[in-house]
Amino acid sequence: MESFKCEAFPTRSLRDVAQSLSCSRRDFLRSTASMVLGGTLGGARPFLYTGSTKKKVIVVTFGGGARDQETFAHEGQENIPHMLNELAPQASFFTQVVNRGILGHYVATASLATGVYETLNNFASIPPQHPTIFEYFRKDLKRPPTDAWVVAPSNGFSRIGESNSRSYGPGWGAQVVLPKHLLMAAMSEGTTDYQHLLRDSYETPLFAPQLGGSEFELRQLETVMKLSVGDFKTHAKTLASPDELSIYIVQQLMRQQAPSLIWVTMHDIDVAHTGAYSLYIEAIRRTDRLCSQLWKIAQSEPEYAGNTMMLVLPDFGRDSDEEAGGNGFQHHRTGDPSSRTTWMMALGTGVREGAIYDHPLQSTDLVPTLGSIMGFHAPLSQGQPIQDLL
Amino acid sequence: MLPRELKPELFNNYPPEAKGLAVENLATLQELPLSFLPNLLREIIEYDYKFPLERQEIGKELAKLGSLAPAQMQEWFRSFRDLSLSTKLEHFDWLNQPAQFVEQLSAHLWSTHQLDAFRKAAKEYGDRIQTTVSPEQPVTSRLGIAVIGQGLSAYEGLLFRKLRDYGTYFKNINPENGVLQILKAVTARAETYPVPYGHWYVEGGLAIEHSPMLTCVSYQTLEPMRVSLLRNMQTEIKRPGLGPEELRTNLAALRPAEVGFGKQGDVVLNHFQMKLLTEGSGTQIFSTTFVQWAAREALRRAQPLTLFARFGPRQRQRSMNELLSNTDSSSELDLMGSLIDADMGAYYNWINQQRLPGADRSSFVAWFEGSRQTVAIGPSFARGASSNSAVTLGELVSWSIS
Repeated sequence: MESFKCEAFPTRSLRDVAQSLSCSRRDFLRSTASMVLGGTLGGARPFLYTGSTKKKVIVVTFGGGARDQETFAHEGQENIPHMLNELAPQASFFTQVVNRGILGHYVATASLATGVYETLNNFASIPPQHPTIFEYFRKDLKRPPTDAWVVAPSNGFSRIGESNSRSYGPGWGAQVVLPKHLLMAAMSEGTTDYQHLLRDSYETPLFAPQLGGSEFELRQLETVMKLSVGDFKTHAKTLASPDELSIYIVQQLMRQQAPSLIWVTMHDIDVAHTGAYSLYIEAIRRTDRLCSQLWKIAQSEPEYAGNTMMLVLPDFGRDSDEEAGGNGFQHHRTGDPSSRTTWMMALGTGVREGAIYDHPLQSTDLVPTLGSIMGFHAPLSQGQPIQDLL
Repeated sequence: MLPRELKPELFNNYPPEAKGLAVENLATLQELPLSFLPNLLREIIEYDYKFPLERQEIGKELAKLGSLAPAQMQEWFRSFRDLSLSTKLEHFDWLNQPAQFVEQLSAHLWSTHQLDAFRKAAKEYGDRIQTTVSPEQPVTSRLGIAVIGQGLSAYEGLLFRKLRDYGTYFKNINPENGVLQILKAVTARAETYPVPYGHWYVEGGLAIEHSPMLTCVSYQTLEPMRVSLLRNMQTEIKRPGLGPEELRTNLAALRPAEVGFGKQGDVVLNHFQMKLLTEGSGTQIFSTTFVQWAAREALRRAQPLTLFARFGPRQRQRSMNELLSNTDSSSELDLMGSLIDADMGAYYNWINQQRLPGADRSSFVAWFEGSRQTVAIGPSFARGASSNSAVTLGELVSWSIS
């Protein structure tokens, strides 16, 4: 009673609710985007990599997730016009991706990247415990360090590119760019023009880590992305949010380094933790636009056009309004089905267009799937390859 | 230490009434598993600062647990006993720091993939206790009122979208003196049903003059405390190696006097307000979040008969470090964003009111301040309907409670 207040609303099992969430996404997509159930389609085109460095994969995750009612449910459609009208018709859409791990953004992203539900401290700047996709990819396929990159928000993601696994680990990971750190390094003392790009929502607004920037990061800017500090600052002034800055950095990387594997983690949506619903919605709309923008960039860059697969997935969801222990969209603390269940969109070369798959997947399935597609082994991953993408 | 090792003298650090309650129920507490007990102790240790209804509920819960036969006790807590805890947790000072223990327990459950099992156990327990201990029914039907959009003269978008299905949307009400009419109606209810902490006024700006019979919480009145707390947080954040969990633990240990609450006055309300600022997320920086969270917590804890929440405009978004450092107290307001925040906040207020006993008889009114748009929900109003009636807010509220 006092110690465990119980919800007054009727509750269903996690499986029932996850299935219901999945159905709402599927029905909505079917009714608005002319998509069909994947099971009704025949003859997939295999997209198995043959080792050519021309094949590219871009993984886009976004932190905090966005619930159905703000995205794929009827009332949320106004927030995702780009994903709905431009991307979904070209995509295979997986309606039910369940995250059974810890629902913190760093640890969940690490789990996505390792294929194992990591148990590391979400708020500590430490590497994943298991080998990452970047290590599997680079070691198995003997790829150089410049062929795998991570663009991530600043809070603690600096170690996401490389695990401390003995058999992989040091030297086999991805290069990590933290755009906000770059900007801090480029900013002169006392400049306030860029504060809007340095927002670090974090999972508790009570805690905002100090951002840093270094000479090393400035060198990264000039030598890797071929950007002068002046040009970078000038362009940054035209951007509205940290995620816009991230996409700008991704674009520079694609142009200058053309890596085969790019992983970008967006984070604007996590402003929801402040409890301001309007800012949460605004961030969903921006993320929707940026996903579309990134896909257009991939289509326009010669190294990527026609040979790129892009996967878009939130790391997990957010608490439902009906969960008495939570506070609706604000957090992802209850572990309820709404916070654990999300979706994934795959589009590009080899992907069945306009297909919907509503059988359950797990977050950990991403790494072995990309392993099968790109031709590397992920022996320590605990997920299963998604057959519909092979 | 394990629960069976509890002794009366170990509760010496508890406030006096909490200690009395714990010692009186010691035999029951000794029988509870460690995966459960600190959750109950977290409530008991705060007993001296609890609202009357919370005290009653804790008393009833302990009485029920004390009445269980050994076999029933085994049955009720089997799922909790099945959870595996670490030695580190057993050695934690869960007796004196139950809230901090629960945070550590939560981290342990997440990392060992036992959270779902814990949720299931907690739900089973909650269901059992609710079916065996009847909740306090309100002496009259509840009334919730949310006023949104303070400072904004017009809005082109669709308001009350989530609430309209449950009640009647009035598009032509007379807005004149609306806030005063609401306050008058709320005060009248407080006079008719003078229940302690039974009638609340939560204000997102500066509270307007109101009856002392209303329990009032105001964002602007708390500004000195918010500033003091933000200063404290800034100092803490600069300490090397400090993470958000440690920060939360430190905030939980703060006493009201340490952030500027007077030692005199309403101790229970001061503790409540303190917790809004130290446990709420975003309540320190955004007034819209403050009002929503204050209303949620007032409903959950005090179970008021009346709750009038008036959302105020919040400051525009800035970088988190800027917001926390509070360097620009005259910051620009985001009126449109505040309206959208408050529209959702009003919906949450209604949901939280409906979680309380007597939900089938309760009513709720949400009004866009200064406008003709209102939605009214309750037994007196048709669901999913709209009306052109040129009624006043006073009339609407009186229909709600008739």
